[in-house]
Amino acid sequence: MPSPGDSGPREEWPLWEVFVRSSRGLSHVHAGSLHAPDETMAVRNARDLYTRRNEGVSVWVVRASDITASDPDARGAFFESPQGKDFRHAIYYTKSEGVAHL
Amino acid sequence: MSVKQRQVPTGIVTPELIETEIEGGLAATEPIAQYALGLGDDALVLAQRLGEWIANGPELEEDIALGNIGLDILGHARSFLTYAGSAWGMTEDDLAYFRDEPEFRCRQLFEQPIGDFAQTIARQLIASVYFDSLYRALMHSSDATLAAIAAKAAKEVDYHLDHSTQWLLRLGLGTDESALRMQRGLDAMWPFVAELYSAEPVAAGESDDRQDAGRGAEQRAADLEGVAVDPRALRAHFDDTVPALIEQAGLVVPKTGSVRGGGRLGIHSEAFGPLLAEMQVLARQHPGASW
Repeated sequence: MPSPGDSGPREEWPLWEVFVRSSRGLSHVHAGSLHAPDETMAVRNARDLYTRRNEGVSVWVVRASDITASDPDARGAFFESPQGKDFRHAIYYTKSEGVAHL
Repeated sequence: MSVKQRQVPTGIVTPELIETEIEGGLAATEPIAQYALGLGDDALVLAQRLGEWIANGPELEEDIALGNIGLDILGHARSFLTYAGSAWGMTEDDLAYFRDEPEFRCRQLFEQPIGDFAQTIARQLIASVYFDSLYRALMHSSDATLAAIAAKAAKEVDYHLDHSTQWLLRLGLGTDESALRMQRGLDAMWPFVAELYSAEPVAAGESDDRQDAGRGAEQRAADLEGVAVDPRALRAHFDDTVPALIEQAGLVVPKTGSVRGGGRLGIHSEAFGPLLAEMQVLARQHPGASW
């Protein structure tokens, strides 16, 4: 963690993505984004912006620039390949006779 | 003074709940009402000041943070004023909107202008350290209503203190400009610290109470024994924590003098009148209006 006040040479606060876990046992879910000078303040701003109505028991923040995302233009290559590959779903298979406990 | 029984878990007291209990016969006595009025006015006036940041914050996120803190503190004010008003048959709105300047009992720190962001942080740091120790002590008040209000407020103030501390460090250790402004903010607010930690006038027997003029100061002080917190006892905590934080932020502990004070007796500074005018104008132009 950088020392408090050390925001480097930048003029604008960086963007942070906020993930909120609404209760124990559930996953953190992306809630939105915000600006903050550093990670400590980002968690506090996230608390103020995204947990005002009892939405959460835990908050994660991650600098938006640290997220590596899939390329929207490569959607075909990335996400259309499973189409037609029904054998990847359990329901594709018929239950064999004589198998117990299924 | 009879001991009051409250069957409500601490942490969820609301002005509406206090109102219900007042209707059930749980009104404040005169000395307790005077005490609650002072605490309520401190919170009300500070909340009004914080509200001035809404739509004026340096960043959208800080705008919301200061607004949140202001609303928390307004909640404390509503509870204290609702309870205080029960002694005189007045509502929180009667007390907030239809008293004039000399009738307000806030200590002068709270009415000071917001200044720049650093000055607001300086005031909020001083106020949060004070509220933190005050409410943690008041949680053990023998008055169940005051104890419940304090228990709820203490949790919220914990966060306010963290917010102010984080910004003190960042402004103090940030750029030359931010350090200069943070220092100026502290210098501007420091003269009001002594008054903040001065005795409650009711306990000191200096009250100009409306209705218990016939009763002795000693009796009034005795009525508040175990009920009220003496701010003088909280000063050591301030001296133990705030100067160290200021030094941690690379700044200088101010060596300013102190104002004469007197907020609890209705003596206020120049900036208070305009604040009241803005806070009260709508309610006075349209009495009884609701929205």
